[in-house]
Amino acid sequence: MAHAATHDHDHHGAPKGFFQRWVMSTNHKDIGTLYLIFSLTMFFIGGAFAMVIRAELFKPGMQLVQPYFFNEMTTMHALVMIFGAIMPAFVGLANWMVPLMVGAPDMALPRMNNLSFWILPFAFFMLLSTLFMPGGGPAGGWTMYPPLSLQGESVAYVIFAIHLMGISSIMGAINIIATILNMRAPGMDLLKMPVFVWSWLITAFLLIAVMPVLAGAVTMLLTDKYFHTNFFNAAGGGDPVLFQHIFWFFGHPEVYIMILPAFGIISEIIPTFARKPIFGYRAMVFAIASIAFLSFIVWAHHMFAVGLPMGAEIFFMYATMLIAVPTGVKVFNWVSTMWGGSMTFETPMLFSIAFVILFTIGGFSGLMLALAPADFQYHDTYFVVAHFHYVLVTGAAFSIMAAAYYWIPKWSGHMYSETWGKIHFWSSVISVNVLFFPQHFLGLAGMPRRIPDYNVAFANFNMISSIGGFWFGASQLIFLGVIIHCVFFSKKKAADRSWEGAKGLEWTVPSPAPFHTFDVPPVIHDDELAHGNTDH
Amino acid sequence: MTSGGIGRSVSAWAAGAMALFGGEAWANPVPNQMNMTQGVSEWSPYAMHMVALWVCVVIGVIVFGAMFIAMFRFRKSRGAVAEKWAHSTKLEIVWTVVPVIILIFLANLATGGLTTFADTTGADMTIKITGYQWKWRYDYVDYKGKGVDKVGFVSKLEESSDRTRQLKSNLDPDKIQVDGYNTYLLDVDKPLVVPVGVKIRFIIVGGDVIHSWWVPALGWKMDAIPGIANAAWTKIKEPGVYRGQCAELCGQDHGFMPIVVKAVPKAEFEQWLATQEDEAKIQKAAQTAQNAPAPVPQG
Amino acid sequence: MGHQQQDVYYVPSKSYWPIVAAVSMFVTVYGAAHWLNSQPGDSSAFGKPMFWVGFAMILGMFFGWFRSVIRESMAGSYNGQVDRSFRMGMMWFIFSEVMFFGAFFGALFYARIFSVPWLGGEGHGVLTHQFVWQGYEASWGANGGGGPQKIGGSFQTIAAWGLPLLNTLILLSSGVTITIAHHALKAGHRKALLIGLGATVLLGCGFLWFQAHEYAEAYEHFNLTLGSGVYGATFFMLTGFHGLHVTLGTIMLAIIWIRCAKGHFTKDDHFGFEAVAWYWHFVDVVWLALFLFVYVL
Ligand code: HEA
Ligand code: HEA
Ligand code: CUA
Ligand SMILES: [Cu+2]
Repeated sequence: MAHAATHDHDHHGAPKGFFQRWVMSTNHKDIGTLYLIFSLTMFFIGGAFAMVIRAELFKPGMQLVQPYFFNEMTTMHALVMIFGAIMPAFVGLANWMVPLMVGAPDMALPRMNNLSFWILPFAFFMLLSTLFMPGGGPAGGWTMYPPLSLQGESVAYVIFAIHLMGISSIMGAINIIATILNMRAPGMDLLKMPVFVWSWLITAFLLIAVMPVLAGAVTMLLTDKYFHTNFFNAAGGGDPVLFQHIFWFFGHPEVYIMILPAFGIISEIIPTFARKPIFGYRAMVFAIASIAFLSFIVWAHHMFAVGLPMGAEIFFMYATMLIAVPTGVKVFNWVSTMWGGSMTFETPMLFSIAFVILFTIGGFSGLMLALAPADFQYHDTYFVVAHFHYVLVTGAAFSIMAAAYYWIPKWSGHMYSETWGKIHFWSSVISVNVLFFPQHFLGLAGMPRRIPDYNVAFANFNMISSIGGFWFGASQLIFLGVIIHCVFFSKKKAADRSWEGAKGLEWTVPSPAPFHTFDVPPVIHDDELAHGNTDH
Repeated sequence: MTSGGIGRSVSAWAAGAMALFGGEAWANPVPNQMNMTQGVSEWSPYAMHMVALWVCVVIGVIVFGAMFIAMFRFRKSRGAVAEKWAHSTKLEIVWTVVPVIILIFLANLATGGLTTFADTTGADMTIKITGYQWKWRYDYVDYKGKGVDKVGFVSKLEESSDRTRQLKSNLDPDKIQVDGYNTYLLDVDKPLVVPVGVKIRFIIVGGDVIHSWWVPALGWKMDAIPGIANAAWTKIKEPGVYRGQCAELCGQDHGFMPIVVKAVPKAEFEQWLATQEDEAKIQKAAQTAQNAPAPVPQG
Repeated sequence: MGHQQQDVYYVPSKSYWPIVAAVSMFVTVYGAAHWLNSQPGDSSAFGKPMFWVGFAMILGMFFGWFRSVIRESMAGSYNGQVDRSFRMGMMWFIFSEVMFFGAFFGALFYARIFSVPWLGGEGHGVLTHQFVWQGYEASWGANGGGGPQKIGGSFQTIAAWGLPLLNTLILLSSGVTITIAHHALKAGHRKALLIGLGATVLLGCGFLWFQAHEYAEAYEHFNLTLGSGVYGATFFMLTGFHGLHVTLGTIMLAIIWIRCAKGHFTKDDHFGFEAVAWYWHFVDVVWLALFLFVYVL
């Protein structure tokens, strides 16, 4: 332990003891690994819940679970995927890569970093344990709208779990900001940073701005339930809709929290495999910033059907539509980066290309949802479910898979099996469309979301979707296999610069990255950087 | 086609759209239905939906087309050599401005649709809808400027669906049919009866938790919030039976609180209403005022 | 600081405090959740003791963690870069607190500007008034401000120009005293430092004392409770969370006072002091907003 005169720099590699190394860690790489393992576990748990949903929806009639349990599955699936899988995965990637990319020896506040991680397993233990309680787990949807969400006995557990996750996210975000702003190697100007670092800097600000708002919102739920307050009770002068405003003030930026780092990852991978610098670096950075800014003024597009005053509907509709412009800039710039390149299609690139196409499809349905009058039909149907799974699964989750394939040589020192990577990709990309594309039709035809059973008119597309779901789920077992093989069994050594076209500081250190990197600030050669300020 | 400010300007678009999607005026979901119903009400977002869809399809074809060309032409295996450029102000301005123009066009359409929808004035009839876990209550408030005397009833999932939907009931959902149309989970014991050709204003509130009243053929859904009243309107063009469901998660039986609207010719409706009023009077003697219960406060 | 070259990085050693912190937080909230759900008189209810154990663990954790950080800092292990990271950490932590309060202020504004007037039939709310809450006349505060059903009964509000004004003056002067202390620290006047800081601690205690008094009065004489409609909810949640922050701030000030007395801080190396001072100013500013929007307007 820390005592007075040590400046324990741990120069000599990882500590021997398991507990010391993994539980008391101050090492960004180990903590990053913990985050990634945790999020993969959560992805499988959340995915298992989704499989229950898809199995029950396989055909009309109730075959497997009670309606209440179905609602628990829907709620838990979303909470686990969002707060347990996607967000920690991005934080894990930031932990691993940001210090390597900016030439820092570690995160700015390494002990707090460890705390940020270790809060999560406890939070999720608490959240998941509600499923085994007599009253059951939360079943009011991940959006937790009162008064419904106040029914049931799990409220306090869920709310405190969310508080813990929020504390973890806020500390993680503070750490990332301090690392990026304070720990860059000399010469790593802000406008020379990789786009991934930029995307995380902006995401971190979003996190600090909105996680406390979520904490406030659920705190009000808690007091409404247990301490007689009337925030969300019209009889007491409050308004159930108030919760929705506060929740979505958090919730909309939250969805961008789950996509901006993805944008960053894709902006690293496409230039690497196109062997051509990212097109319009500054525009890319500026687009991320604009999206982040706009994300604060669009929240009520989730509430078009609650009966807002017309002026509000119009304002939020316009603001929402505006987001298509900076997002379009990003899409066009990725395509232009590919244009005139010299491309190869290794697994990370395949996932990135799939990301660009499928995320854009999700964006298109988002734009349709943004049209308030049309949303009166779309809202709370499977059209919305299709929209957000395109942006979340083929967007956020695909980007994480791309990142895993892209950087795993650096993490493990081995190359993964390209053949199995490609099998994983093709199996996933086909099945995910079988899974989610028909949900557009279901929604348009009139199937509401969050229902455990449906009219037979919806039977065929539901069955197709379920088959795609099981197939997509099973494909993820391949992913797991590829990772385990790569880390423990692969014989193929990774080069320091694992990809021919890869640029950036992370490729200048050995593979696997040693326990400590950049004890002394690196000397930065501009042509080594991924993007630098190439677009004067 | 629709009216109300959005239909006319885009009928050309929608005609093309219908050629592809069939564009039938489905009153109720049909097997393998892939697109939104055109609806039977005077106001419908169908045309706007089609315009937006086609805008997206066209942009998608262009963007993805460019990508596929790039993937084909600029591959290393074909000997492509990477170029060095990474910037073009001209292009970037183009692809900022063009989307803005497209969006202004869409926003303009949508604003028109919204304005028409928001205008609940000039209605000839008012019905109050209250959502409960897990049933709907309908109260006829006024018709043609006259108050309606205590006509109101509760409408909930019809019995055979309810039996079939129990876990492991082993009953066949396919068997539940009305007039050859499968009504599993889409039928109620007592439908809401309304006249066609009359602008009806709905007042929508929640009794316990939030629900949402949605009949796709009418073109909108509106949340039923406890303690807060919302309004929406419809003017149904054709007689028929229009089915919908609660569209806001409201607890375990959220999936089992359907809505059925029976639209009948005006004369028939007036007759129906008169009988209901008579019945209400008879009942009033026996039963003390059974007005719509006030929303139950939470907590 | 300053022992080391700026261009050599410092990475702190491994520590068990993070895991202790995570466990204590978990014990606390799990206990709290269980406590909230247990019926009075339920003998198997372990929530309450679990909560208090967790709470004690958190206190111990803070003590231990900060002690080791202070020791490292005193030993000169930290360099300027670490100092900057700490500063950024504190700044953005305070920003997150601002957003937390923002949620409650948002609720207050929404209730005052939208929901209560709407329930009373204004603007967008005509139908609600016609069909749900006939006869309810919107007003904010005092009788009727509790909402259409007068949940919690009739109540009176706290007049701004009594205790709240006094508390405003107290907090404002505490802002001054802490600034005096800071200047004294920078100028190396130990005595002025201790007096200024000590005064700040006392003012903080005074504030809390008066607030406790105000709450007692609200509950006993005005029937203004947490359950007094949305007025009571926003009033007590906002002032309550603020009071909690003042409590924390006062404890932090007291600790800093001890550290000053022990001579932990030097003229140009006193991040601990500054962090607490920032926090205190933040608490101050929140109070000004509260005074304005909760009491005066
Ligand atoms: C990563 C997550 C993510 C992302 C990135 C987005 C992106 C967008 N979302 Fe999505 N959304 C969710 C996650 C996300 N969403 C979730 C989880 C929900 C449901 C929550 C719940 O209820 O449970 C939701 C729901 C949701 C709704 C509410 C639907 C409803 O409940 O009724 C709306 C409505 O406006 C919406 C809109 C948008 C828009 C306009 C974008 C835009 O950012 C998209 C912009 C992108 C493009 C448009 C494509 C690329 C652009 C071009 C190629 C340029 C040219 C294009 C044009 C000019 C059209 N989303
Ligand atoms: C980032 C977030 C994220 C991710 C990754 C996913 C992934 C998936 N989601 Fe989701 N989903 C949400 C976020 C996400 N979802 C949200 C926010 C909601 C809204 C909730 C609400 O309404 O409140 C939702 C709701 C939702 C619904 C609607 C439920 C309803 O309205 O009642 C459905 C239904 O099909 C669904 C399905 C799926 C499927 C099949 C996957 C798949 O991609 C999952 C694939 C992964 C696995 C399957 C795990 C890995 C494999 C195994 C465990 C091996 C065993 C499996 C087999 C052998 C088959 N999700
Ligand atoms: Cu009522 Cu859902
Ligand atoms: Cu949104």
